[in-house]
Amino acid sequence: MGHLQSAAVRQIEEICDRYRGENTPLIMILSDIQKEFGYIPLEVQEIVSKKTGISVAEIYGVVTFYSFFSLEPKGKYVIGCCLGTACYVKGAQKIIDQFCELLGIQPGQTTEDQLFSIDALRCIGACAAAPAVSINGKVYARVDVKDVPRIIAEYREVAENV
Amino acid sequence: MSNVNITIEGQSYSVDSSLTVLEAARSCGYEIPSLCSFNHGECNQGSCRVCLVEVEGARGLVASCVYPVNEGMVVKINTPKAIKARRTSVELLLSNHSQNCQQCHKNGRCELLDVAKAVGARENMFTGEKTEVFYDDLSPSIIRDTSKCILCGRCIARCKNAHGNGVLGYERRGFNAFVAPAGNISLAQSPCLMCGQCVAVCPVGALIEKTDLPLVDKAFEEGKHVIVQTAPAVRAGLGEEFGMPIGTAVTGKMVAALRRLGFEKVYDTDFGADLTIMEEATELLNRIKNGGKLPMITSCSPGWINYAETYYGDILDHVSSCKSPHQMQGAILKSYYCQVHNIDPKDLFVVSIMPCTAKKFEKERPQMQKGGIKDVDAVLTVRELGDMIKRSGMLFTRLPDEDYDHDIMGTYTGAAVIFGVTGGVMEAALRTAYYVLEGKEYGPIKFEQVRGFDDLKEASLEIGGMTLNIAVTSGMKNAKPLLDDIREGKSKYHFIEIMCCPGGCVNGGGMPFVRHRFLPNEEINILDTYRQKRAAALYSEDERQELRQSHNNPQIKELYEKFLGEPNSHKAHELLHTDYAAREPFRI
Repeated sequence: MGHLQSAAVRQIEEICDRYRGENTPLIMILSDIQKEFGYIPLEVQEIVSKKTGISVAEIYGVVTFYSFFSLEPKGKYVIGCCLGTACYVKGAQKIIDQFCELLGIQPGQTTEDQLFSIDALRCIGACAAAPAVSINGKVYARVDVKDVPRIIAEYREVAENV
Repeated sequence: MSNVNITIEGQSYSVDSSLTVLEAARSCGYEIPSLCSFNHGECNQGSCRVCLVEVEGARGLVASCVYPVNEGMVVKINTPKAIKARRTSVELLLSNHSQNCQQCHKNGRCELLDVAKAVGARENMFTGEKTEVFYDDLSPSIIRDTSKCILCGRCIARCKNAHGNGVLGYERRGFNAFVAPAGNISLAQSPCLMCGQCVAVCPVGALIEKTDLPLVDKAFEEGKHVIVQTAPAVRAGLGEEFGMPIGTAVTGKMVAALRRLGFEKVYDTDFGADLTIMEEATELLNRIKNGGKLPMITSCSPGWINYAETYYGDILDHVSSCKSPHQMQGAILKSYYCQVHNIDPKDLFVVSIMPCTAKKFEKERPQMQKGGIKDVDAVLTVRELGDMIKRSGMLFTRLPDEDYDHDIMGTYTGAAVIFGVTGGVMEAALRTAYYVLEGKEYGPIKFEQVRGFDDLKEASLEIGGMTLNIAVTSGMKNAKPLLDDIREGKSKYHFIEIMCCPGGCVNGGGMPFVRHRFLPNEEINILDTYRQKRAAALYSEDERQELRQSHNNPQIKELYEKFLGEPNSHKAHELLHTDYAAREPFRI
């Protein structure tokens, strides 16, 4: 198993310490780590286990249960396609299929250039905007299949200009 | 605790108000089929949906294993709706289950099959997709086959309850969910202790021991000199494989069966246990006398050794260097026995019958072999021995009682017999330590302080002008606080006995499965009493022995005179002692 740099270890321990005394701190700890590092591999879970006393098996179970958590690094832009009921009946499957086709990856995967990941989400609470797509927190409402190339291009452009 | 009045199937009952409907019904003489519920809520998540019943006033059918009773409740088990629902639940479980029941190692002991029969499940009611399957047989002890898993969670609960830091958990969600060590790695690469407690509670064939029977068969085929030794706890469990009541000691029939199976010699690992006491008591007294590391911790339980190496690599010098009894006996067989009988150790094949799955791993440790010759070549669980006897055609219950072989190493003492129960090693060591320090035998013989199934047993004994502080525990969850104290340098003990399985070897992962449903003649609360019953079988065998202290075993004395010299001698160290090494929990 690979070893983490000591700075990362300290940061993870610090995140665990934030929720000391909480009855059920795991989801909050994992959320913070996911936000900070973009993914939660096994070696990180081991540190959380040591700090909290929760078994790695249990942590791994939570990480693989919620699609919000990732075991592998995600792309710079995470395209969250909502497949909740409202979005689904408004044609969300076609939207996610189009993203997959244009980027050449499946939901849960990341492009080789580490720029994009696609997540299939179950209801992001934006039913009025169905079908909705959320990219790094920004929500695109009433997306049409025709909009997909433009959205991808938009982020490519931003990335190139950084 | 107060009682409530409930009605089941139109009959009135008064039951304990803390019970679930399932437990209450059971106490009133009804058996509602169930799978995920186990051992008074040790596992109780209402996930299998097999125990559905009608409760008047409740919305829909309720899972009786998680539904508490209350005053005036009216429960109906035998209604068309409930019967159909239970049958559908089981049919759904079967639709995503491996269908090779005939070849399954759990055949005959499978709770899913039992329940399927009880509810009248029909063939192929639901067909379609199946969950992705993972099969892991890399561990020398345990096979995990998710094609048979029903996601009941009993293994997860047992691992966590026994050892605190559970190794198994659910992964993924919904239809894709399965049970695995974190990362879905092999048990062999995980922090698994190989103790087999998960195997002991699995209702199906998803977790089973990895059988060594083919190795034994091959040794016979090759015409090797095959010797068998049986651990103390085995005699207290083997009878259960043949329908005998729990707690029946079957020492004589077991020996008769083994002899008829073709083993050249049938020895009792109790001889190895007596030898262990000589070495371990000497080691302890030397540590005390010479200012060695204290407390010293026993080393008989390979599951505990796995735990120590994984989580307490920094305090391994507290663990006795003694090999476990069957490894000691194996080492003596491969050396002394071969010398006496003029046999090439390569031609000798040693089989250990153990209540344990971790012993399968232990025998493979590099420290347990010398020049490519293993101390022990195969380890069979009590269940595997049961299978071996059944396939031979012998009718176990009709066998005569026979005695172990007694040439050079068959004789054993009562001290060794009680190794099979928590506190036994401690008591055996105390009997000998007392003799060494006081120069006379301990009058009452028994040390009651270390008996029983409490999580932690402690005592301070005045022996030979010194106060000896001792502790006995089992289950790694219970051992952890003691080990943390040692790590922090504040342990007050001189000697600690630690066994991996809760209650010691009588509750080992290789013992026969205990399910009240499969034991029509046992009481309904057998899960509360089986450990005590098996332990009683061992304690009564101790009582019946003429020799009850390891140092009084004449063949042990002879072994030292003729071969080893004295306890902890150079030769004894070479053959009977071992070393340990810290390891990473996840070895991937």
